[in-house]
Amino acid sequence: MGTTTSGTVLAARDISKRFGGVQALDSVTLEIQAGDVRCLAGENGCGKSTLIKILSGVEVPDAGEIEIGGTVRARMSPADALRAGIQVIYQDFSLFPNLTVAENIALTPLIAHRRKLIDPRDVRARAAAVVAELGVRLDVDATVEELTVADRQLTAICRALAEQARVLFMDEPTTALTQREVRALFRVVQTLRERGVATVFVSHKLDEVLEISQHVTVMRNGAVVASGRVEEFDRMSLARAMTGRDVRDQRDVPSLDGTARPVLSVEGLGLDGAFEDVTFDLRPGEILGITGLLGSGRSEIAEALFGVTPAQRGRVEVGGEQVDIRGIDDAVAAGIGYVPSDRLTEGLFLDQSIADNVVAGSLDLHRARSGLLDRARLARTIDTFFAALRIKAPSVAAPIRSLSGGNQQRVVLAKWLARGPRVLVLNSPTVGVDVGSKEEILDILRREAGRGTGVIVVSDDIPELVSVCHRVLVVRRGRIHQVVGGERVTEDSILGGLSA
Amino acid sequence: MNRWVNRLRGRNNEGVLALTILVVVTAMTLVNPDFFTVSTLFGILRNSLVETVFALGVLIVIISGGIDVSFPVIGIFAGYTTIVIAQGGGSDPGVLGALLVAVVIGSLLGLVNGGLIARFGLPTLIVTLGTQGVFRGVLLAYIGSKYIAELPASIAQLSTTDLFVVQQGPVAARLHVFVVPVVLLCLAVHWLLQRTMFGRGVYALGSDAESARRAGFPVARLQLAIYALVGLLAGIAGIAHVTLSRNANPYELAGTELDIIAAVVLGGASILGGRGSVLGTVLGVVLIAVIKNSLILMGVPGTWQRAAVGVLLVAGVSIQALGARRKAARRRAVELEEARA
Ligand SMILES: Nc1ncnc2c1ncn2[C@@H]1O[C@H](COP(=O)(O)OP(=O)(O)OP(=O)(O)O)[C@@H](O)[C@H]1O
Ligand SMILES: [Mg+2]
Repeated sequence: MGTTTSGTVLAARDISKRFGGVQALDSVTLEIQAGDVRCLAGENGCGKSTLIKILSGVEVPDAGEIEIGGTVRARMSPADALRAGIQVIYQDFSLFPNLTVAENIALTPLIAHRRKLIDPRDVRARAAAVVAELGVRLDVDATVEELTVADRQLTAICRALAEQARVLFMDEPTTALTQREVRALFRVVQTLRERGVATVFVSHKLDEVLEISQHVTVMRNGAVVASGRVEEFDRMSLARAMTGRDVRDQRDVPSLDGTARPVLSVEGLGLDGAFEDVTFDLRPGEILGITGLLGSGRSEIAEALFGVTPAQRGRVEVGGEQVDIRGIDDAVAAGIGYVPSDRLTEGLFLDQSIADNVVAGSLDLHRARSGLLDRARLARTIDTFFAALRIKAPSVAAPIRSLSGGNQQRVVLAKWLARGPRVLVLNSPTVGVDVGSKEEILDILRREAGRGTGVIVVSDDIPELVSVCHRVLVVRRGRIHQVVGGERVTEDSILGGLSA
Repeated sequence: MNRWVNRLRGRNNEGVLALTILVVVTAMTLVNPDFFTVSTLFGILRNSLVETVFALGVLIVIISGGIDVSFPVIGIFAGYTTIVIAQGGGSDPGVLGALLVAVVIGSLLGLVNGGLIARFGLPTLIVTLGTQGVFRGVLLAYIGSKYIAELPASIAQLSTTDLFVVQQGPVAARLHVFVVPVVLLCLAVHWLLQRTMFGRGVYALGSDAESARRAGFPVARLQLAIYALVGLLAGIAGIAHVTLSRNANPYELAGTELDIIAAVVLGGASILGGRGSVLGTVLGVVLIAVIKNSLILMGVPGTWQRAAVGVLLVAGVSIQALGARRKAARRRAVELEEARA
């Protein structure tokens, strides 16, 4: 091990924080050593992001003290934290959509250095250097608003790496990344570790957690419930510590009526530069997985089915009738529902309540005979999904913005389930969802399928696909490379198809 | 090819604006050959000088995601008060002295706006609507409500100084010397916005205020500086207005905010913040001046000219909304070479 420095670089003692009626943090104590990679694990809404925001000066704690590099700070602004060497990759990225990638990456360190003048060439060069060091592909001249979620995440990562940090917080930094990009990030974390940088890593992907970290701190309901060296944990025990119960993740697929007519048939679907020759059938009650590396075209296929970026060639039939999907309206009219992967920009009205969001997609289905909205039925729908999806919030009136990331994801799901679609397409439905809830979401999909809905799950979470899918299509370079079905749906066979 | 079209169009549709101006001018010239003369051109420029200076200030607030409707009142407050002070003092303060006084008054009034906004986090429209009324009340009640026809000698002299004169038959086309400082001011604001941390902070703030705070921008100080700067520019515009009109009238300028905000928005600045440029703003001001001038030549009554500006404002906002829809996130190109997983 090349750890050159040791000692505590950051200590948080007895931190508490309350939001209205929610005790987000309850006397949390956390110490981080130089050269340590510490994972913060816990269910959605247990307070991980809140703790990070307090340690980076974004939120002010109600009680407790923070010590950085030996200095105790009573009040700390984000600028103070940055100058003290704290860098954060925020769960919501916190980028400037109207500025270029280069500026997003390079401005923050320049502010901390109190620079007054800006030379665009200097900014560009600094940013390009960081991108090159991470070894990813990112157009530094593009404006952030025109980037995909994955590239925005890479931008946020590069920004945090632009400056030699003392402590690096990474709040779910890998949700949108490809395998290759995750590897690149882990290599950088390893280098930083050798230089004595302390890293705090938050992720719901337990394999990543076990791979990258040395120490694990588990939180539940705003308090630390377990802490120790990573060797003391495995997937099962970590999941148990987080949820307080055993979490199963074996394969459980409901039996299928093989004779039923397909609810969806796709033939020869193609879109230039994205995918070609995509043909498959989906039976009622079937759960079909589509996987592939990011950039393989798997998301584009889903988006084409929903009319976000319509296909240029091919035939789509829903319930035996051909439909011409040229836009989202066509897809919705044909009974196709879509849960996007980027819930923040595509799925939700952040400042509206949970209630409003749940029924935002199905108001037309809640009309009384008079043509007015049927309030009572709306309320029933809202309460049903709020309870069924176990959304953690004080009430259905809470605004989406105040929910933790994983709970926002459940609201997106509720919104589409409320329409009762014939075909439900989900793009990475459990990204950012904790292990316990993941199983619950998969159960919801099984239940939905049990009612005859055709379900398509686009995901790179192989264990999840193995757990729910009847069949899995492996996409490579825009074409269906392999179809894995029945007994052959195992992690190994899918991984083999991905990289063979 | 596509890249070229995009470059010509410009980040804030500057190319489209320039084209629109050309089309309007060509059409007007075809209808009325007298339209395109050097003297019309110089006239339009002269009428745009004060508006351009105001517009620079408005551009800065709009980029920062706020709005200021008090600037015309700040302008006339500063311009009129400077003349009152000069008269009271007995001696001629000179052009630079007058400018300095106007700038100080403008900045102080701007600081009042900035203070209220930064300290209490109030909505910028409400704050500036309120202070606009207060400033106007103070001006008329305590400083003066009389029309002043007699300007100090130095300013009176400046008001008739031309950069150059082009003789066209019987009429002389005059280009006022103020063109020079206004051009310099445009360059300075462009530099400030593009090349300083303050300027990038203005964009960052308008892009996402919470992200700006997390990135360590001193948001409150930034807001204070932004509104003070708007006041400063309004002060300059105010004294320039008084100079060009060769009298000081405290009832003027109030009500011109619509035209100027319309020009800035037409010039590609986003009312949602985070977007806008000096070039676009100047083109927006010129476009509105050209259209107003054309309407006058066609004999359209003044009330309809205001309606036309209103239509332009709505058009500008609609164009932005359409543009935003077109700008949906790009697809991540499928990786055609083998992914090394
Ligand atoms: N600004 C806020 N206003 C009100 N409640 C909030 C606010 N921020 C967080 N909360 C609440 O505090 C609790 C902790 O949220 P936090 O975002 O820290 O969870 P998390 O552990 O990061 O979860 P996830 O894994 O889903 O990201 C949640 O119940 C959340 O609803
Ligand atoms: Mg979180």
